[in-house]
Amino acid sequence: MVQVRLWGSLREATGGRDVVEVNASDFKGVLRELEANYPGLKDRIERGVSLAIDGVIYREAWFQPVRPDSEVVLMPLMVGG
Amino acid sequence: MALDDRKRAFKVVGTRVPRPDGIDKVTGRALYGADMSAPGMLHGAILRSPHAHARIRAIDTSRAEALPGVKAVVTSADFCRAKHSFNQDALDHCMAREKALYDGHAVAAVAATSKSAARAALELIAVEYEVLPHVTEIEDALKPDAPVVQEDRRARNAPEGTHPNVTHVVSFGHGDLEAGFARADRVIERSFRTAATHQGYIEPHACLASVTPDGRGELWCCTQGHYYVRELCADFLGMDTSQLRVTASEIGGGFGGKTTVTIEPVALALSRKAGRPVKLVMSRDEVFRASGPTVSSWSDIKIGMTRDGRITAAQAMLRYQGGAFPCGTVELGAMSAFAAYDLEAVRADGINVMTNRPRQAAYRAPGAPMAIYAVESTVDELCQELGLDPLEVRLKNAARKGTKSAYGPTFDDIGLVATLEAAKAHPHYAAPLCPNQGRGLSCGFWFNFGGNTCVTLNLDADGTVGVTEGNPDIGGSRASISMMAAEELGIPYDKVRTIVADTASLGFNDVTDGSRVTFAVGLATIEAARDMIRKMCARVAKIWDIDEEAVIWEDGCARPAGPNAGDFEPMSIAEIAAIANKTGGPIAGHHEVNADGAGVSFGVHLVDVEVDPETGHTKILRYTVFQDAGKAVHPDYVEGQMQGGAVQGIGWALNEEYIYGEDGRLQNPGFLDYRIPVASDLPKIDTVILEIPNPGHPYGVRGVGETSIVPPLAALSNAVARAIGARLHELPMSPPRILQALKG
Repeated sequence: MVQVRLWGSLREATGGRDVVEVNASDFKGVLRELEANYPGLKDRIERGVSLAIDGVIYREAWFQPVRPDSEVVLMPLMVGG
Repeated sequence: MALDDRKRAFKVVGTRVPRPDGIDKVTGRALYGADMSAPGMLHGAILRSPHAHARIRAIDTSRAEALPGVKAVVTSADFCRAKHSFNQDALDHCMAREKALYDGHAVAAVAATSKSAARAALELIAVEYEVLPHVTEIEDALKPDAPVVQEDRRARNAPEGTHPNVTHVVSFGHGDLEAGFARADRVIERSFRTAATHQGYIEPHACLASVTPDGRGELWCCTQGHYYVRELCADFLGMDTSQLRVTASEIGGGFGGKTTVTIEPVALALSRKAGRPVKLVMSRDEVFRASGPTVSSWSDIKIGMTRDGRITAAQAMLRYQGGAFPCGTVELGAMSAFAAYDLEAVRADGINVMTNRPRQAAYRAPGAPMAIYAVESTVDELCQELGLDPLEVRLKNAARKGTKSAYGPTFDDIGLVATLEAAKAHPHYAAPLCPNQGRGLSCGFWFNFGGNTCVTLNLDADGTVGVTEGNPDIGGSRASISMMAAEELGIPYDKVRTIVADTASLGFNDVTDGSRVTFAVGLATIEAARDMIRKMCARVAKIWDIDEEAVIWEDGCARPAGPNAGDFEPMSIAEIAAIANKTGGPIAGHHEVNADGAGVSFGVHLVDVEVDPETGHTKILRYTVFQDAGKAVHPDYVEGQMQGGAVQGIGWALNEEYIYGEDGRLQNPGFLDYRIPVASDLPKIDTVILEIPNPGHPYGVRGVGETSIVPPLAALSNAVARAIGARLHELPMSPPRILQALKG
């Protein structure tokens, strides 16, 4: 299982928890499990999110591996100017 | 793609080679958006709403269409519905549908045989408006009886009773705030406001569109991202993406403001209807009224600190308005606000509020400058109250490797402490000051990212190399990309030429934004060069009749890997190229990637000001920028980015602001009334480049384009506060506001 940290305003979709566990081994798997386990997150994920995996921000990297001890943080999709 | 293991002695990277666009730009030969013309070309013009908020009951274009010379008139009825709601917002910004949502919102457009005929036709378009109550300020838009800018756009996670104008509600942070504030010796709470500012690019939006009766389109435009322009325009016009080719012109500034579409779909719709090419060029008035400024903000900050300068807890409530459409910029502001600090207890909340203003567009590090201005000003005020050195306090609390960032992830190698130490050691920090003078300091931060990138290298018959990339060059990328290709291939810089391809000539590339290009396109260029090297080594192996593994590449030549490989004279890239057609055909290298690992960026700015107590005028005496570039590929351009960001931030801090009247109309849509800094306002901006290699890039490169606009707002505010002995909590710190502060 991988622990995923959520930003605060998503916690209402997870029963108030800021860290949830998912059974996943890569970027896409994390998002798939989050959508399946917490349907309230689906809209947000579809609108675009990033994942920080062990401190590196990934935007759309479906096959980026995630280990059980990885630090995984869900973040809004990064944009810039 | 990780940092190369081997220590590299760079030969080209890190030098200050001539810029490839220099002669064209100083002689006027460079072709910008408005420089494109085509046979039979028509001139377009756009009719814009004079109302801040009005329902469009009817549009009668018949008299305009009957005017001699008029070949087409379009309204929102001439566009498809966008496939995604976010894209629909972009289209609705280009052309109003049911409502005009701000002063200057496009409602119709004309193409005619002359500019004068087009302008005359606009006068003949009859729009029946039902004028609605409007709202342009954040505070007003949150009042219970405030006009609703757009129905059904309220944030889904907004608490019950939240005003329908609130489109985003976000929260970031960790730790026990209450316990943190209880540990503080001093806690202060302050509110701050920043005005909306425009990116201020010198070149207005301009394009030339041509759609033929068989449905194929050509578009030349000034943009930061022609592939994105292609996607949006094809969507809005119901075209297959492959049938629309978009070519980016030279760009006279973008700074984020040209990362979306503004007039391009309108020009294409006019061309399709008229059956002729159409040129459309915005006036400066139109640029101000209808192309995105940045958000304005109203923020509350609460920070607790011990007597010795340790921050025990920090909290922010950010309220941004990004115009008449939902806008997620506040998310980035809330994530950035406390990024420079190592905090046990931190929380940043944010909301976005719709107003009757133009749709905001990204502006260098979107969302960060206004949030960090509020935080860094509050930290500075605490330092003043507790009698602490502001730089030592930053060092004491600085985020570093292993810090759990305020927005979630744990930092890897970052350059903040090194940057602060460089500022501390610099003579600027210890230089004496005179009466009415003050020194300000601020940290800045931006995330940076990589993104989708394609690069092709072609080996020409004479051994020179063409690099084809797909990102408009807004800050020197053609030079830096050529340099990285030359470095990797082991050939001189002047043997490489980089061009920006059109959308039909190279695979997809993300927009030039996020400080991504030197990082991501550079990374792809290095990989494409390595691909080419592998092919050249394979070709030489065939010539020498040895194994490919027995050929290595050094200093622009293929060489035998060692004595066992055989005794061959090295073959230069020119020798390989000269016989390529006989040894297997043309040689090219290619790489495509969705690059990650850009690495976050920190900067520190120091500024000295002198405030005239009689006039309230602020003079910049000295300014120094310290920033981590990872590896500065072309130091001139890196310094230029650092200086440019500082200057734009100075304008934001001292003069620039969108001013709306009671009627909801923009009062200052021109450079006479919207005051950007000019050369005579500024001292030389000194720069100190730090190079802490980014572990996510083979040469250690980090993006540098955005961080530099983040610190100036607070650095200036802190300097002015120390110069006049009173603190302003609102930007810009224009002379009237400073005089008011001096009066107390």
